[in-house]
Amino acid sequence: MTTTLTPARSAAPAVDPYALARAAGNRVTLGATVRQSFSMGWRGLLKVRRTPEQLFDVTLQPILFTLMFTYIFGGAIAGDVQSYLPFFIPGILVQTVITTSVVTGVQLREDMDKGVFDRFRSLPIARIAPLAGALLADTIRYLIATTLTMVMGLIMGWRPDGGAVGVVAAGLLVVVSAWALSWIFAFFGVIARSASSVQGISMIVLFPLTFASNAFVPADTLPGWLRSFVDVNPVSHLVTAARDLTLGDGVTADAGWALLGAAVVVAVFAPLTVRAYMRRA
Amino acid sequence: MTTSTDGSTWAVEARGLVKTFGDNRAVDGIDLQIRTGAVYGFLGPNGAGKTTTIRMLATLLRPDAGTATVFGRDVAREAQAVRSLIGVTGQYASVDESLSATENLVLFARLLGLSRLDARRTSAALLEEFGLTEAAARPLKNFSGGMRRRLDLAASLIAQPPLIFLDEPTTGLDPRTRLQMWETVRRLVAGGSTVLLTTQYLDEADQLADRIAVIDRGRLVAEGTGAELKASVGTSRLQLGLAEPADEPEALRIARSVLGVEPTRTRDGRLSAPVPTADSAGDLLVALRSAGIPLHDIAVQEPTLDEVFLTLTGHASAAPAPAEDAADRDLEEARA
Repeated sequence: MTTTLTPARSAAPAVDPYALARAAGNRVTLGATVRQSFSMGWRGLLKVRRTPEQLFDVTLQPILFTLMFTYIFGGAIAGDVQSYLPFFIPGILVQTVITTSVVTGVQLREDMDKGVFDRFRSLPIARIAPLAGALLADTIRYLIATTLTMVMGLIMGWRPDGGAVGVVAAGLLVVVSAWALSWIFAFFGVIARSASSVQGISMIVLFPLTFASNAFVPADTLPGWLRSFVDVNPVSHLVTAARDLTLGDGVTADAGWALLGAAVVVAVFAPLTVRAYMRRA
Repeated sequence: MTTSTDGSTWAVEARGLVKTFGDNRAVDGIDLQIRTGAVYGFLGPNGAGKTTTIRMLATLLRPDAGTATVFGRDVAREAQAVRSLIGVTGQYASVDESLSATENLVLFARLLGLSRLDARRTSAALLEEFGLTEAAARPLKNFSGGMRRRLDLAASLIAQPPLIFLDEPTTGLDPRTRLQMWETVRRLVAGGSTVLLTTQYLDEADQLADRIAVIDRGRLVAEGTGAELKASVGTSRLQLGLAEPADEPEALRIARSVLGVEPTRTRDGRLSAPVPTADSAGDLLVALRSAGIPLHDIAVQEPTLDEVFLTLTGHASAAPAPAEDAADRDLEEARA
């Protein structure tokens, strides 16, 4: 910071503005960027506390989807519901949490239309902070969706061999990956004209990514061409990694691939999103 | 007087600023020199380019051509440095509707690098200063326009920036709140801040600004002190209501010969002519009396923004239409 504040404040700067101007830095350090992002994340949490109805989708969807898909697919795919659960719960977990991350883009679009973003742009803060903060706050949504999906599974008789450690590790892996993927939807949120168009474009990305994976059905039942996509789809790796963790197989190579995929998505989409955001500014 | 190393004392210096949105040259080559420690007013109707100019100086829009510096730092190349020297209060309050007043100020203070404790302390002090302490914990949804504007200004002052942009700070405020806002601006300047404000009201520019730039269709059409501007359009206008409408041609001829300008006709059918001095008004009245033209009523009107415009640009200013601002913003959005 370039100014010092005294508790007894006067409205005016006491220092020579030119001295201030010469001292003013033109770069934001990495530490400051992280700190500012967390401050923006705090804003996101305050908003959730003010408008809890924002959490409807992350509470109802996991309950509904888990219940519905288990009984619809269970018999056909695994013979009976009980033997489908160990396969299916990690799959529906990934599907649900990633679907939730689409809302991040939609809400970011709505948020950016507000006057307060003008102020964020006029502050000497990292350009990425308002975006990263919003995405950070949304991990609370992913945590809720993750917990509810798993609790639904447990109620329906899911008994993961991986125990508490495996389940928690799988949950964290999914939340981290969803945060990474949310940068894709944040990008659409920044470039789109309206919140509803964000929803539209995001669904086009979301459906192939989640359904053309091994989330619901084993990949070996698929035709060759589709299977080759499913095999490289990072979502498949994420599902497999989550499955391995909950089944008690520990951390497998798939976890590495999933995290690598997540890192690549962030590396590509975070700069794109920030650039688009600054162009709008 | 504060001086920079190169001896200049300008808070803002701009050369040939241009911003186009599609076919619309919103700002079409504006040069500015704004002295440190003064209030500088942008005067103009909606859509004249005031807001666009401010947004470029405040690093919110990138100029298509031209350069501008704030205390010697370039707004395009050194945007981040400039941002630490300015406070921006927009036409629409730039505060977060979903948070309380305190939460807003604490958030901005934290973003500016203040510790948790300092952020709380600064917020409390600012809320006190702007008379918002009682409403501090309430959600902004229940705030009046004036309260919102005060909170917005408070947010701009957290870092005690030496240059403050106020975009139409009193538009839509009731007269009492308007006067409070004027008081605040005067207080800021008394403390050494430089203020750049935009307004649609000549009266406001006159009350607050040391120098005024009249902006029309993206160009700076006049620049000077309030007195200089008013002198350029005649200090006031004389309005005459004729008792006999049939006398009008003769009255027009007399006014032309006495004042040397063509009187205009007001909407209610009275004649209106600029009178540079009180004596010229007297001369006209005497001439009318000696010509035996009876008057129904007379009135003296101070110059209005419309007349400043008519005189300076040769066309009337557009009637203030809120829709134009919306269009302005839409254009900016559409660019992206």
